[in-house]
Amino acid sequence: MKISLTRLLIYIILAIFSIFYIIPMYIMVVTGMKSFAEVSLDTMWNLPNSFNFNSFSLAWLGSIKEGFRGISGSFLNSVFLVVPATVISALFGSLNGYVLTKWQFRGSDLIFTMILFGMFIPYQSIIIPLVLTLQRLHVYGTIPGLILVHVIYGIPISTLIFRNYYVTVPTEMVEASKIDGANFLGIYRWVIFPLSTPGFAVAMIWQFTSIWNDFLFGLIITPNPASQPITVALNNLAGSYIVQWNVQIAGALLTALPPILIYIFLGKFFLRGLLQGSLKG
Amino acid sequence: MLRKWLTALVLVSMVVVFFTLPVLAESLSGKVEVNSWWTAGGEAEGLNALIKLYESKYPDIEFINATVAGGAGTNAKAVFKTRMLGGDPPDTFQVHAGHELIDTWVIPGYMQPLTDLYKSEGWTESMPQGVLDIVSYQGDYWSVPVNIHRSNVLWFNKTIFTKYNITPPSNFDQFFDVCDELKEKGIVPFVMGTKEGWEAAHVFESVLLGKLGANDYNGLWTGGVKWSDPRVTDALETFAKIASYLNTDHSALTWDEAGQYLLKDKGAMMIMGDWTNGWFMSVGFEGYGWAPPPDTAGIFLALSDSFALPKGCKNQENVVAWLKVLGSKEGQYSFNKAKGSIPARTDVDISDYNDYLQSAAKDWQKDAISPSVVHGAAASEGWTTEYKDIISLFVSKPDVSYTQKALVTAAEEYLKK
Amino acid sequence: MQIKGDKWTPILFITPSIVAVGIFVYGFISWTSFISFTKWNNVMPDYTLVGFENYRKLFNNMRFQIDLHNTFVFTVIFVTSCLLIGLLLAVLIDQRIKGEGIFRNLFLLPMAVSFIVSGVIWRWLFNPGSFQLGNIGVNQLFEKVGLNFLTCGWYTDPNIGIKAVAIAAIWQFSGYTMALYLAGLRGIPLELREAAAIDGANQWKTFYYITLPFLRPITFGAIIILGHISLKIFDLVVAMTGSGPAFSSDVPAFFMYDTTFRGNHFAQGASIAIILLFLVSLLIIPYLITTFRKEA
Repeated sequence: MKISLTRLLIYIILAIFSIFYIIPMYIMVVTGMKSFAEVSLDTMWNLPNSFNFNSFSLAWLGSIKEGFRGISGSFLNSVFLVVPATVISALFGSLNGYVLTKWQFRGSDLIFTMILFGMFIPYQSIIIPLVLTLQRLHVYGTIPGLILVHVIYGIPISTLIFRNYYVTVPTEMVEASKIDGANFLGIYRWVIFPLSTPGFAVAMIWQFTSIWNDFLFGLIITPNPASQPITVALNNLAGSYIVQWNVQIAGALLTALPPILIYIFLGKFFLRGLLQGSLKG
Repeated sequence: MLRKWLTALVLVSMVVVFFTLPVLAESLSGKVEVNSWWTAGGEAEGLNALIKLYESKYPDIEFINATVAGGAGTNAKAVFKTRMLGGDPPDTFQVHAGHELIDTWVIPGYMQPLTDLYKSEGWTESMPQGVLDIVSYQGDYWSVPVNIHRSNVLWFNKTIFTKYNITPPSNFDQFFDVCDELKEKGIVPFVMGTKEGWEAAHVFESVLLGKLGANDYNGLWTGGVKWSDPRVTDALETFAKIASYLNTDHSALTWDEAGQYLLKDKGAMMIMGDWTNGWFMSVGFEGYGWAPPPDTAGIFLALSDSFALPKGCKNQENVVAWLKVLGSKEGQYSFNKAKGSIPARTDVDISDYNDYLQSAAKDWQKDAISPSVVHGAAASEGWTTEYKDIISLFVSKPDVSYTQKALVTAAEEYLKK
Repeated sequence: MQIKGDKWTPILFITPSIVAVGIFVYGFISWTSFISFTKWNNVMPDYTLVGFENYRKLFNNMRFQIDLHNTFVFTVIFVTSCLLIGLLLAVLIDQRIKGEGIFRNLFLLPMAVSFIVSGVIWRWLFNPGSFQLGNIGVNQLFEKVGLNFLTCGWYTDPNIGIKAVAIAAIWQFSGYTMALYLAGLRGIPLELREAAAIDGANQWKTFYYITLPFLRPITFGAIIILGHISLKIFDLVVAMTGSGPAFSSDVPAFFMYDTTFRGNHFAQGASIAIILLFLVSLLIIPYLITTFRKEA
């Protein structure tokens, strides 16, 4: 009897916290699905009477009549940004991790630590030189410029993820190949790379989510409507007085959708990336 | 015979005209990206009116309405700045005429002069000298003003004023008498919304103006009058006293949310720029009256939105076409009617504008003009932001001597430059 | 051991990353520090050196003082709540309960979402409404379930300000500490707990003497990670509140953006950035050193 009471208490506490976590999700989904006739701040907590996707389409397409842009263009910008940036930074991370675990040289640990520091810095501390430099490289305000930025500032975390992963690959395998006469690239291509799928999954999912969710770089490097990523567009949509709150919230859901889908379907790898972010494998 | 010839001539000339007309009419194409922070009621409508006009004149140009929302333009200004610094200038963007335009953009060399356009469009004649002054620097014109707003207006609820037989106070003594009387009656005497951080500074510029008068108020910004002046102390003390009559929820409200007090007959007065008039129109409220804030009769605290031509913008010709639409009679007429401001040009027929605007247009002609600081006309952006921060803090921490010291320090720093 | 000719190949392959990080992290940080010692407080760069003038002014600036205070309040609330909630949830979930996966996934889901998204949502949830709208957001919810005493002005109340932002941040990150602790709990050797049980220790004693010490390194790591996140917090503030009334939700990262790109105070912005970097480094550098000393 006593045990089941504790059990009950456990479930009650978990349920209370679940409410706290669900509330924002609930509002997002419910508000987005309400028809315009039904949307009212007085009844914001009520369930919708019928399903309706008008808020989503307005957030997606915008309204010329009311004078605001939808987020569809920025959604595509984010896709064009995130896909190459994710792939490139994973490749860099993989090579770096390979070197740092299997081809250690004098000072390689120090170099690793110094690279790692880059993932903790507040980006405010590099943003002014960054703008000036990108301008000189003629990539300021462009998606390629933003890709470059994300690849570079993604080096620390992707290197870390691969390093932690390759540590688990037995070094004997590499040594054996070395003796067999395989060179640096050969070993990578024929031994390491085929084993790297889980590492790539973790690194790419991590980079995908964090680049998709980034705001500061997008805000400062590509604020122009032609190339701004989705978080910048959403923030802009939400700051506008002429945009109804339900449209803002529908926009928020659309913005959150890709990372949420990844989380739902590839949660295992997401979690692994998350735990690595704290340096613990 | 002659008739035949004539007919033929007419026919031929008609054909010629028919074929050359499209050539004569400008056939621009491509894109134009117009950046502004007009994302609320009347302003968005005004912008839309301009866009419509532009698209009817240049149907082949794709119009990109690049608004940056939030913070009464503060977010937008930050975006314009990073883009200019990064070498990705917006085609054209909204900028307050005056120091914001000149100090931030013109002096550092980011803009192209528009003097030729002013001459060819005849704007040197159709715009008043006061406007021409705040868009010029070293003999050139640098932006095209689209409107004039008045910053110092005291709005009041007519129903309340009539009910208690109150006349708009013309000086601060009367103002506080009115406040005391209304407070007793259970009405919020003076409403303000301070959510976005610039509103208190906006009200304070009217108080400063009232205490110092047009000349010495201007002197504060040009160095002629010291900020340590006892009248500034007086202004701060007065402002602190005004704050004691405020709605208690001011920090939760934007200026228009605070304006709801007036709509509901729960609040009596507020000081806000005359975009309030546009907002009253858009919500269908008619029971409002207006007067200059205490001791500022005969002074027009002005600001003006304008658009300029950045160096290196991608669609230069299309921007010039946009500027022409902005400066045209037609453009100024339809924009300002929707936004609730008066045209920068003096030759626009505004007889069908509402009463407030008609009276503002008259005042504009005869009043002394002073520049608004919060809205970029009186001081550089750096100084303006610092002034705004100081006053915004003053509302929650009304420490007069600390605040005055901070104002003095800020002025010293920026006047030095 | 290494094959001839291959000694430099690995170094060659890691060089681009080293160069990129060298320039874009260390080079730019030096550049920013340099700017922070100059007079560049206008649109045009002005590299006249003024020593520590910008820093001196900054520490006398009331807004910055408020920001530091806000950051402190935010960090304390955010870090301790995340740790406590995370630990509580992890311990509860670890009790071999039904629906473990559902709870775990639900608590972690916010981590996948952008700060901008959560900022937009929480802005509406914590919007206190006004007298013409009545209560909206969570206030309305409280009213409906009879918890009226909980209704308040949230981020529009200068006395709450940043604390409301902290709640949104806790919503987003407490699942993360839960995951960390859960991984830690699962890593405790069963024998250890069993041995304690045999020795007659009750559950609380086992928790206190066995579990908690075992989780200490995780707590330490989480404090570092959460602490540095809270020092850098920016996106959430932008999307949710901005500076707030009387700067009650203003933070250094936002002040930096504001003063640099709006007020044209590049040197002042650079000094704020360097101070932020310094604070972050205080947390991170010892952590990096100890972590990699151990491993090497």
